[in-house]
Amino acid sequence: MVEFIAATGRAGLNRVAAFGRAAIFLMQSLVARPAPLHMLPLLLRQIYVVGVQSLIIIIVSGLFIGMVLGLQGYTILVAYGSEQAVGQMVALSLVRELAPVVTALLFAGRAGSALTAEIGLMKATEQLASLEMIGVDPLRRIVAPRFWAGFLCLPILSAVFALVGVYGGALVGVEWLGIYEGSFWANMQNSVDFFDDVLNGCIKAVVFGFVVTWIAVYQGYDSVPTSEGISQATTRTVVYASLAVLGLDFVLTALMFGDL
Amino acid sequence: MRLRMMEISVGAFLIAGALALLMLALNVSGLSLSETKQSYTLYARFENIGGLTPRSKVTMSGVLVGKVVNISLDPEQLMALVEMEIDTDVNFLSVDSSASILTAGLLGEKYIGVSPGAEDEMLKNGDVFEDTQSALVLEELVGKFLFNQASD
Repeated sequence: MVEFIAATGRAGLNRVAAFGRAAIFLMQSLVARPAPLHMLPLLLRQIYVVGVQSLIIIIVSGLFIGMVLGLQGYTILVAYGSEQAVGQMVALSLVRELAPVVTALLFAGRAGSALTAEIGLMKATEQLASLEMIGVDPLRRIVAPRFWAGFLCLPILSAVFALVGVYGGALVGVEWLGIYEGSFWANMQNSVDFFDDVLNGCIKAVVFGFVVTWIAVYQGYDSVPTSEGISQATTRTVVYASLAVLGLDFVLTALMFGDL
Repeated sequence: MRLRMMEISVGAFLIAGALALLMLALNVSGLSLSETKQSYTLYARFENIGGLTPRSKVTMSGVLVGKVVNISLDPEQLMALVEMEIDTDVNFLSVDSSASILTAGLLGEKYIGVSPGAEDEMLKNGDVFEDTQSALVLEELVGKFLFNQASD
């Protein structure tokens, strides 16, 4: 019995300690010293890997999600004779919820796992230790550019996702199903507010970018430096990041739209 | 050469992000870049505002001329006091204009329709519509109908 309570306490302490290590790790990699200008090429390279190479999957999934929303919305709303509201439905659900959340989930799978595996392998092959040996801070050289790249890229990807999705919905609704174009766009523009909807969606994307990248780089840096450890860390990145995104999404939605 | 391609693609990516946000603002949320129009405030008292909400439209002959900014209860006359902002270039509402609460479509949103009067004197900032017509409440209509049926 006592052993059970002790085990629970140990597990709790380990969790708290890991969380504290993650916070210290974040602080050290971001605010330890101002980033010198020659770090910019490193950041550029990471934006390329994390952002530009994720663009294809984001555009394709955004297009299909928008098209599905348009199709489903049409079949439901046409029963009430209000198929003009499809534009409003597609745009609001994309801008407020789906764009930030689905982008963050895809991002965790596409870029987050790669970040974890890369940093974990660097640790396993003792590249991080060698960097430290020659007097280069691995947090600043390896971790910080990856973190900033993820933080910058997710809001951009989310905006692209929302835009492509809206045009996907318009393609299905207006071009294929024959909703009148004017009322489709006018309904959308009347109901979507730039500050309440678009900017709040962007704030969500910024928060998700922060959380997903933080989890990814920390899991890589904190992984057990064996092949098994890296595979576990990669799995943990995807699981924790997805759970954090979905949970945070509820909190943020309640804060932003709860009183409407 | 490889670095150059990377720089170009990252630059294009960043620009695409900014453009996407701009298009979301202009096309999807209908934000206009022109500065907000000058407006003046008018009031109207209604016995029942139905489902009118702030930011509802104010129209004249179906053309948008302003919006509802505030709805409160007038404690003296025990009526709803609706505050609306009318565009300054709509300065031809005479003092006997009437304001009525209308419904777009059968079950659509509520909005205020303004019909001009015949007087020479115009409504100014802070004036009140004397002639108002409340929202039609479906239950009241049904009640009246049933009452008339019963009395026949």
